[in-house]
Amino acid sequence: MQNQLIPNAETIQYKSEVKGLSFYYGEFHALNNIDMVLHDKQITALIGPSGCGKSTFLRCFNRMHDLYPGNQYEGDIILHPDDVNILSENVDPIEVRMRISMVFQKPNPFPKSIYENVAYGLRVRGVKQRAILDEKVETALSNAALWDEVKDRLHKLAFNLSGGQQQRLCIARALATDPEILLFDEPTSALDPIATASIEELIADLKSKVTILIVTHNMQQAARVSDYTAYMYLGELIEFNETDTIFIKPNNKQTEDYITGRFG
Amino acid sequence: MKTEKNIKEIRRMIARHKRWDLIFLVTGIFALMIAVLTFVALFAQMVIDGMPRLTWDFFISFPSRHPESAGILSAWVGTTLVMLVTAFSAVPLGIGAGIYLEEYAAKNIFTEIIEINVTNLAGVPSIIYGLLALGLFVYQLGFGQSILAAGLALALLILPIVIVATREAIRSIPVTIREGAYALGATKWQTVSDHILPYSSAGILTGVIIGLARAIGETAPIITIGALTFIAFLPPSPVKSEFPFISFEWLEAPFTVMPIQMFNWVSRPEEEFQFNAAAAGLILVVMTLTMNGLAIYLRYRMRKNIKW
Repeated sequence: MQNQLIPNAETIQYKSEVKGLSFYYGEFHALNNIDMVLHDKQITALIGPSGCGKSTFLRCFNRMHDLYPGNQYEGDIILHPDDVNILSENVDPIEVRMRISMVFQKPNPFPKSIYENVAYGLRVRGVKQRAILDEKVETALSNAALWDEVKDRLHKLAFNLSGGQQQRLCIARALATDPEILLFDEPTSALDPIATASIEELIADLKSKVTILIVTHNMQQAARVSDYTAYMYLGELIEFNETDTIFIKPNNKQTEDYITGRFG
Repeated sequence: MKTEKNIKEIRRMIARHKRWDLIFLVTGIFALMIAVLTFVALFAQMVIDGMPRLTWDFFISFPSRHPESAGILSAWVGTTLVMLVTAFSAVPLGIGAGIYLEEYAAKNIFTEIIEINVTNLAGVPSIIYGLLALGLFVYQLGFGQSILAAGLALALLILPIVIVATREAIRSIPVTIREGAYALGATKWQTVSDHILPYSSAGILTGVIIGLARAIGETAPIITIGALTFIAFLPPSPVKSEFPFISFEWLEAPFTVMPIQMFNWVSRPEEEFQFNAAAAGLILVVMTLTMNGLAIYLRYRMRKNIKW
């Protein structure tokens, strides 16, 4: 156990460390012995062909698999600075989700007002004072580059927003609770190119506030936004390195084949 | 290569196949007309027979030996009170059971057996529920032949309808909405009360109203538990002038309901009573149609803000 007041100088730059992570959907072995780190306040991208387990891996970080029966984790995901293993059976998945937010593949606003969508995470945490809610909602919407577009219709239904706006609303909703890590599961796959560009820009801006892990099926997107990239194939982590290294001079032949489009 | 002869053959074949379209169209319209016209004829007959009897006095008079002065006061009051008991017992039980099965129950063979049985219960003949209520509520629990026993019997009858409607409504909520709530750190109950229930309320309400519309016309279980066919007094009033102002004595009162009043009149030899029966039937049909209309309207209103 490390001293929590004087974190180990070697790990301080890591927000999270994944150690020997395996995951099973019932009998199906979906992830095999993954070791990786998330650098603090950096963007890490997960790439790989469909079915390689990148979304499964992402959803381990907020224990989403606990919602369905028969799923099983092995190994550790250590969250710094308090060095808690978020996969431990002693850690409540709800506590993990309070610390680590997620943005989904398809925009999934609640059929409520824009304001209530952003405020929901705070309400779950018991925030009731109007002034605090107002302030946090505004901050989150501003951070998600949506405030100017919606400030006059905060109490209108979120469904009336465009797809790109809805996804930024979902980002605002995830940001409102000041998460330590923000997970993105292919956040632009349901959006048009213009909306995609604005979301990518937003993700790059958010780096100063929060550690980001993003799954993408789009290699160019990983190259554009991320600092670190992990290439996965058939549930294994093939290569993990700085994004420039992965895209310019990968060490592994398999990674190179995927990057250069020889398969995938 | 298609020759001219070939194309002619194809055209002939298409014409031959299209003949079946026409045959089915005619058969379909015929089948539909039989169903619709039968109902229209029945309804028209009822209106013609019953309309002259539909006066204000008809609503505020007790049944009587004299057909021209007989009314449905005790019947519609009885129906209203029985429906109140049914709604207040079937709605919380049905919604609770539906939420449990959909959101909380572990998916195993045991819950699967329960699920199949709940669906099957909707098809059990209503007189069986009457027998159950007679044994359980009337005798075992000592409720007697009361409004309470009748309301609970009808509640059992529509419980499967409410449970199935609740589950269908919950199931129509996309999994991404559910996951979105959980991902923000909501507990199961927070997800249910803040999202699942509000978003499925239109469907649940529709199920409840359709269930009640079915219960309002049920006769067999009510006769089985021994409702009176001739009753010339009202149950004690639920509102009292002195403290505590609310009384539940009416729950234990004997009663009659609309379909039983009708049944009673139809079985009288005098022809004038048949007109009374038609008038009561007309009101019963209007009550049921109003409830179904309300269900459609509420579904439309509440679904307007939800698109998925």
